[in-house]
Amino acid sequence: MAMIDVEELALGYENRTILEGLSFCVNEGDYLCIVGENGSGKSTLMKTLLGLQKPHGGTIRLGDGLKKNEIGYLPQQTAVQKDFPASVREVVLSGCQARCGFRPFYSRSEKQLADQNMERMGIRQLAKRCYRDLSGGQQQRALLARALCATRKILLLDEPVSGLDPVVTAEMYELIKSLNHEGITIIMISHDISAAVSYASHILHIGKKIFFGTTEEYTASDTGKLFIMREESEENA
Amino acid sequence: MLDKLWDYLQFPFVRYALIVGVLVALCASLLGVTLVLKRFSFIGDGLSHVAFGAMAVASVVGLTDQIMIVMPVTIISAVLLLRTGQNSKIKGDAAIAMISVGALALGYILMNIFSTSSNISGDVCSTLFGSTSMLTLGLNDVIVCSVISFIVLCLFLFFYNKIFAVTFDEGFARASGTRAGTYNTILAVMIAVVIVMAMKLVGSLMISALIIFPALSAMRLFGSFRSVTVFSVACSVVCALIGMVISILAGTPVGPTIVAVDAAVFLLCCVISVFVRRRS
Repeated sequence: MAMIDVEELALGYENRTILEGLSFCVNEGDYLCIVGENGSGKSTLMKTLLGLQKPHGGTIRLGDGLKKNEIGYLPQQTAVQKDFPASVREVVLSGCQARCGFRPFYSRSEKQLADQNMERMGIRQLAKRCYRDLSGGQQQRALLARALCATRKILLLDEPVSGLDPVVTAEMYELIKSLNHEGITIIMISHDISAAVSYASHILHIGKKIFFGTTEEYTASDTGKLFIMREESEENA
Repeated sequence: MLDKLWDYLQFPFVRYALIVGVLVALCASLLGVTLVLKRFSFIGDGLSHVAFGAMAVASVVGLTDQIMIVMPVTIISAVLLLRTGQNSKIKGDAAIAMISVGALALGYILMNIFSTSSNISGDVCSTLFGSTSMLTLGLNDVIVCSVISFIVLCLFLFFYNKIFAVTFDEGFARASGTRAGTYNTILAVMIAVVIVMAMKLVGSLMISALIIFPALSAMRLFGSFRSVTVFSVACSVVCALIGMVISILAGTPVGPTIVAVDAAVFLLCCVISVFVRRRS
């Protein structure tokens, strides 16, 4: 069975349904990119997958022993976080929160896990620095380390490179790729179609037309060709 | 001057006032850091006006124990405000403003129509700016206040990591399976209790100061959630003590004096942070 199996999903906010008849599945080790125009419902889809919003119809099934509290999530930065006084270590540790249940404090193994993940993201030396003083790329690494504390299996990333400069963006993509090679399943919302087709194994295109398939199938399809062409001409303009 | 202070300290009601003042300052600043970061700085103002309205209702009904009405009403408002803050049609700040002025107006109308005392504006003034009722505290009040403060402190320590997680990133916390709703409710109840307690000290117009000033001062100087919380509490307690001593010695009103000291310390922290940044 697939890790996440979505059937005939309808989603939207409040009483307005913005997308219907969405079906796709994600298997272990996949790298799925969700692409589509602004306002097509990418973020809403992700929130629905995470259970932050109720679907308007259809089903989402978690398989392969994936539990609700084993999903790592890299949200878009909120305004609150920009001036939040917290050390990197505190931020990363908070990823272990779901493991704690009602236990008030973190155990030694959870602290070790946080240290390991900081090491993995190359931000161990920043542990005591204040989150708000970091560069955009360093902040994303800290949030990624936090997400890794919450999961060993699957990461959901909501536009992880928005607001980063080209060099840091490339580093970020390589980092995500290496995590995928370590066996972590990736679901990522992306604005950057050229990066999406070069890194992802599967593409989900949502909008007026819905497409789901491998990246090769997408670049060969009409939906894909059209979208890639339009995005590239926009980039050049 | 010290002699004068020593003389005053001989009176039990002065000692009681000092104890209650310190405890209230401690609790308010403890929760203040989270509230400021959650963009709920004005919740103190809003809730204290709700408490003011409820108090007016209680005195019209003729309840001797006003707290029986004031506490539940304030707690319910707090829970509603914090719960619906994110997704409701009326956003957080507007909801707070609405409840705040609405309750204030209602309270004043009720007090005016069904007044039992001859000095209404005096009564209203003392509820808004805090009053000499600080100095009429009995041993019972001190005990109740200590117990509540102790409970708030314990709850805060127990839920410290969860409060951090929910404050820093509610979306992430929810997505990874933390029960954010539950912790928001606990936080709301604690805030309501502290505010009702603090009304006696600084009055309902100035409660926000006790909540936001220490947190803002601490955020100027420190970069981790733990150090901000610790410094904010320490700063608040010291300011409250200094403020109360000044008000005893100089005969100034208690609440506004404490707030003035808090504001002065905030300015000091701003100056220090500018110097620290320039050096580094």
